[in-house]
Amino acid sequence: MDGIHDMGGRQGFGPVGARTDEPVFAADWERHAFALSGVLLLHGLATMSSFRHAIERMDPGHYLTSSYYEHWTTAIATLVAEAGVASAQELADLAGGEVPLSRPAVTDGQVGPAAEAPYAVGDEVRVRDVHPSGHTRLPGYVRGRRGRVVRVDPAYVVPDEEAHVAEPASEATYGVRFEARELWGRDGDPVHVDLWQRYLEAAP
Amino acid sequence: MSDHHAPEPLAPVEARVAAIETVLERRGLLDRSLVDAMIEQYEHNLGPMNGARVVARAWLDPAYKRRLLADGTAAIGELGYGGPEGHHVVVVENTPTVHNLVVCTLCSCYPWPLLGLPPTWYKSAPYRSRAVREPRALLAEMGTEIPDDVEIRVWDSSAEARYLVLPERPAGTDGLDEEQLAALVDRDAMIGVARP
Repeated sequence: MDGIHDMGGRQGFGPVGARTDEPVFAADWERHAFALSGVLLLHGLATMSSFRHAIERMDPGHYLTSSYYEHWTTAIATLVAEAGVASAQELADLAGGEVPLSRPAVTDGQVGPAAEAPYAVGDEVRVRDVHPSGHTRLPGYVRGRRGRVVRVDPAYVVPDEEAHVAEPASEATYGVRFEARELWGRDGDPVHVDLWQRYLEAAP
Repeated sequence: MSDHHAPEPLAPVEARVAAIETVLERRGLLDRSLVDAMIEQYEHNLGPMNGARVVARAWLDPAYKRRLLADGTAAIGELGYGGPEGHHVVVVENTPTVHNLVVCTLCSCYPWPLLGLPPTWYKSAPYRSRAVREPRALLAEMGTEIPDDVEIRVWDSSAEARYLVLPERPAGTDGLDEEQLAALVDRDAMIGVARP
């Protein structure tokens, strides 16, 4: 989905700021939010892809104004509610206030399976200009852009499917190098993005 | 709570986490031992000291470095590292003409077995948005000036590969052993926002 999480190349966020020493977890609830993700994975209430997508489906304003582990908390509450483990009202009653949930998944417009033969290192490819409404790991800033394959990786489960269906397909992934001029219209440093085969087509 | 049309005030986030734990426990789904083990593992056992040991070994042992660059996953496995977010490790080498920088623009992907959990700035909107668009300016702001004749290669961890930067070994470190070399390598150097 073209969500707020897809941040590559967005402008206006300002400086990174100081990199201060910080503990692994800033508060005890962060420890538990982190570990509950493991509980959900263990019991099949989430996959890596459905977990990421539950964060992506957060209200964009909430996403931008809440901390990293609040994102995780919202995703976990959403997946627990969507699995029928607890209703939003039960969670709210226990928490003593609203427990915000992410918006429902919309899964039309998925990217279909790869239609072309595998690529090899050195191949010129173009990223398909597709805009799936569900989960995808195709960053918006490379859509429609031309690049060159620099690494061929093994087949991995396709996240676009894993987030939404029970038996997702696997496909090769590729490390693809994009020149700055292709991405940003000016000279600069190259960016490498790892892309599933279905996101790509041979460059015309 | 009877009027469901009026929005309730937001529960504090720690109360939301506790509520989720309570419902999972009521349904028999909360494995306390897993929760405790995950917290222990990521708070205490994993961290940049693991990645630093890999880097120091590569600096000392040319054969290990070759294996590390050819198959990062197998080479870190030789030192006992692997597991979640470490099933496919790619090591990218800094040289006099190339500097590597790692980001995850979509979320927070990071080589957990080698660096632990990512710091707040790595997960921040400024870092994720700017690392791909203006890495040179971003690095300069963060205190790392990369010479104009050095190419910055940005790696967006958008699929399954997790990246570790192998920094250049600093000059004047010829006599140091593995432990002393590892002490020179910090987390930021293995992400690529700093140099040892």
